[in-house]
Amino acid sequence: MSKHKLSEEKWFEQPTYYDEIRFKGYTRRDFMKFASMMAAFIGLESSAIGQVAKAMETKPRLPVIWLHFQECTCCSESFIRSSHPIVADILLDKISLDYSETLMAASGTQAEAALKNTLEKYKGQYILCIEGSVPTGADGVYCMIGGKTSMQILEEVSENAAAVIAWGSCASNGCVQSAKPNPTSATPIHKLVKGKPVIKVPGCPPIGEVMAGVIVHYLTFGTIPELDRLGRPKAFYSKRVHDTCYRRPFYDAGLFVESFDDENAKKGYCLYKVGCKGPTTYNACGVMKWNAGTSYPIQSGHPCIGCSEENYWDNGRLYQRASSFAGFGIESDADTLGKYALGATGVALAGHAILTNINKRKDINTLTAEGEAGDVDVIE
Amino acid sequence: MAEKLLRVHRLRRIYVWELPVRIYHWINVLVLLVLVVTGFYIGNPLALMSGKEASEVYTMGWFRFLHFAAAYIFFFNFVFRIYWGFVGNKYANWKQFIPTSKAFWKELKTVLKIDILQMKGDKEEREHLSIGHNALAGLTYFGTFLAFLLQCLTGFGLYASMASWWFPKLFTWVPFLLGGDILTRQIHHWTMWFFILFAVIHVYLVFYHDYVEGRGEISSMGGGWKFIEEDFFKKNKSHTPNPES
Repeated sequence: MSKHKLSEEKWFEQPTYYDEIRFKGYTRRDFMKFASMMAAFIGLESSAIGQVAKAMETKPRLPVIWLHFQECTCCSESFIRSSHPIVADILLDKISLDYSETLMAASGTQAEAALKNTLEKYKGQYILCIEGSVPTGADGVYCMIGGKTSMQILEEVSENAAAVIAWGSCASNGCVQSAKPNPTSATPIHKLVKGKPVIKVPGCPPIGEVMAGVIVHYLTFGTIPELDRLGRPKAFYSKRVHDTCYRRPFYDAGLFVESFDDENAKKGYCLYKVGCKGPTTYNACGVMKWNAGTSYPIQSGHPCIGCSEENYWDNGRLYQRASSFAGFGIESDADTLGKYALGATGVALAGHAILTNINKRKDINTLTAEGEAGDVDVIE
Repeated sequence: MAEKLLRVHRLRRIYVWELPVRIYHWINVLVLLVLVVTGFYIGNPLALMSGKEASEVYTMGWFRFLHFAAAYIFFFNFVFRIYWGFVGNKYANWKQFIPTSKAFWKELKTVLKIDILQMKGDKEEREHLSIGHNALAGLTYFGTFLAFLLQCLTGFGLYASMASWWFPKLFTWVPFLLGGDILTRQIHHWTMWFFILFAVIHVYLVFYHDYVEGRGEISSMGGGWKFIEEDFFKKNKSHTPNPES
């Protein structure tokens, strides 16, 4: 098989994905497998595989700027581990060439120049991917890169972006750094970028294939994927982890793990009672799984912590279903509080009943007397 | 004896709670009981002592089915009651629940003083009795209606993602508004406690009124009748006008 030929001129301009894929040594067959996989992931019919392949063959690769703010880089880690090597090799290697703090080779002045270059050259065309939230507290000094605050960078770079992708829970909803009391005022991207489509891809991290799927969708159709009301791609976030869970039959049967490592846990029962947030979490973990479809938290015996849900860090406790009740101590939940309230109500009502018998004695006696008098009336 | 007999009140028999209101009330009792019991189970299921395979058991499934079925009955019962608030008699009218007059607020204050705080009050205040709901009860029921609404919104909101019928799907915006199912679920759970506390206080107060006033408060939700002293109508101070005689 002859190596894919690429004219030098074309290479320096804007090669297509196909050009790069072939240049890297993948066969046409590999490429078609990748296109089919991606089409399946983004929920297309098999007839659309051709569309995906064609888009990758003909359209120049998307210029992408990938910014990192308040985050842990787990989104990038997840992305480069997505199951098909082409994802990492082409999508990430190439898209991130433009600018990505973590993965680009350049640094310092060169890196800044690369960013500036992309901003100018692909004005209005590039996709802006953001990992991490933006601290707005103290004028944004909590996160600074190259002498600029992340707020400034976001403003500059988002201005001429075609679309914005918020990778992970940090960028989508603030994640742990925005947990109460949110000392740095960590703010998710959609609250800062106005007048542009923002695709939220929540998860801590999101699944690599999901991330690739979002990009491929944009590449294929030139539009952002269909989003739900929260701004998440419907193809991946419309089902609860619970609805696709292989332990669901145990849930419906009422067979639960009571504590970790008990007999029920060994039998693989449902993890609902040890705090599984699957029933309240929208993600594709149960279907796509992680690490090339190897497993996902529930499969390895750990309850879902709901990492792709907004406020999961403040809204619930990781290993209990009930959340703590703010202001009443860590251990108090709605039921504890409710029992106390019920007890207090009982005491108050008993007190009221006693008082009634004392204070209303006269009224009650009158009623009784009237009743007796009426009796007499009837008898007479 | 004769003197005492003169003081015996002539009672007028008044049809206060119409049949639809009574049916609404008892459906509500039954359905709320089912909802609370199954709700507790769904929130924190008991450990099943069963050696059976999952395919042979459907305990959680049944509890959930009961909860959802009861929820539908609860919702449509509630909708019916709102309708009846416009077509029913004056004791069922929406004005019994939402304050529209000064007399309402005055009565509310009096009920608080005389019945709840058991203060002495003047003679007029002691004779504050009303025929249907008193003002405080009415306003509390309005509060329960708001809780009903909240419970229906959060409940159907949670149910929407697994529903195929268009009706529950109308509520998909609720979890989105609250930022997700986790908080929606918590609110649904917290509100349940309101119903429990309400039921306890409600039942106590029914016994209280029956005991103190002797007008057949408890049985009124059975047959619909209350027995009111004839003199009451001569000097009716309650915010509900006299029935046409």
